[in-house]
Amino acid sequence: MAASLPPSLAEIVEDFQALEERERLELLLEFSESLPELPERFREHPELLEQVVECQSPLFLTLEVGAEADRPVRLYFSAPPEAPTTRGFASVLHEGLDGLPAETVLSVPDDMPEQLGLTRAVTPLRMRGMTAMLGRIKRQVARALEA
Amino acid sequence: MALPPDTHEKFSAYAHPERLVSTEWLAAHLGDPGLVVVESDEDILLYDTGHIPGSVKVDWHTELNDEVTRDYVDGEGFARLMSEKGIARDTTVVFYGDKSNWWAAYALWVFTLFGHEDVRLLDGGRDKWIAEGRELTKDKPAPTATEYPVVERDDAAARAYKDEVLAHLGRGPLIDVRSPEEYSGERTHMPAYPEEGALRGGHIPTAASVPWARAAAEDGTFKDRAALEDVYLREAGLADGDDVIAYCRIGERSSHTWFVLKHLLGFESVRNYDGSWTEWGNAVRVPIVRGSAPGSLPGRGAGAVG
Repeated sequence: MAASLPPSLAEIVEDFQALEERERLELLLEFSESLPELPERFREHPELLEQVVECQSPLFLTLEVGAEADRPVRLYFSAPPEAPTTRGFASVLHEGLDGLPAETVLSVPDDMPEQLGLTRAVTPLRMRGMTAMLGRIKRQVARALEA
Repeated sequence: MALPPDTHEKFSAYAHPERLVSTEWLAAHLGDPGLVVVESDEDILLYDTGHIPGSVKVDWHTELNDEVTRDYVDGEGFARLMSEKGIARDTTVVFYGDKSNWWAAYALWVFTLFGHEDVRLLDGGRDKWIAEGRELTKDKPAPTATEYPVVERDDAAARAYKDEVLAHLGRGPLIDVRSPEEYSGERTHMPAYPEEGALRGGHIPTAASVPWARAAAEDGTFKDRAALEDVYLREAGLADGDDVIAYCRIGERSSHTWFVLKHLLGFESVRNYDGSWTEWGNAVRVPIVRGSAPGSLPGRGAGAVG
């Protein structure tokens, strides 16, 4: 399964899978702490971000697709510190996908979040939130390519 | 072994003032023998980002729910959990958590099913503690295992099943604590929350709509007794001696209301229907009502029964 993931994301999935459940949660916490801050230009324009309403905690995301030949995708997320699980998921997607060509992002399997091995520890609702984040990213990328 | 009650003035008007502690009381008693502080949150990682010094985490999803059956852990599972958390049968347990104590109240309610005697809620929860700039730590305690007896869960007094709710219709009041939009059936989930998979939207016939937050003040603490009586007695029409059932979507917000009715207003008979709308909204051959009026029972006069 992991073979169809871009190497950066596949590596994260492998890191999670190599751990016990309790340690997977610790790793997710580390990810939540490393989610980059929103750049100033978005902080001043929250209307440019799309809310992922499927997430239990407020999560906003936006992205830019570069004009270069491979159409690189830049991802931006915003979630409050009191929502570490949501931040952790966003951070996994950021580290695994930021800067990759649009086509690569679009080819990430929709069930990728399930591969992190967190479905027992994290409620189904939260897993659905992460799947929705990925879905919205892919939708925004597809829309940007059409434009 | 029980710790002294918090004699905070606001609490003294409640039916059972010993069920609440203030942040001041907790700060003064942290580390006292016989006290265990339990953080219970919706977000499984929140405790790990910083918690009240010495507190242990109890996760509703992985620790209180049975992994296979849609039910709570059994007596053995609960005893094991208590032992791991350093809780003895006579320990004073103070619960606090995020989202105005939804999950803390839920954990407290589950402890009640096992008859754990001394359970208390931190008024204002995690947010108030943080807003007051009180200490947080990332250090996790290593509790000494206790010998907690295996006590079988007794659901009768505080928990209602679907069939009991059906039998209750027309006999006693129901309180629906979800948002007005969930109650009317415009939506089956909380605003800004994902669709949770209930097939139909609406409420249980005759249920009064009292969103859980009506019990909370701006800072997340409980309103004082007079204000609570305005909401639940005068507005919702509950009367002394009523046998009340509260429900929400999965039973967590209604635990908050259960706590208010049981411990703050002193209703003897209050049950939480934890199956709530995710069960009722999907169940075959149970009546529902759409719209903002409580509605009446099928076959009992004209009413907007769906």
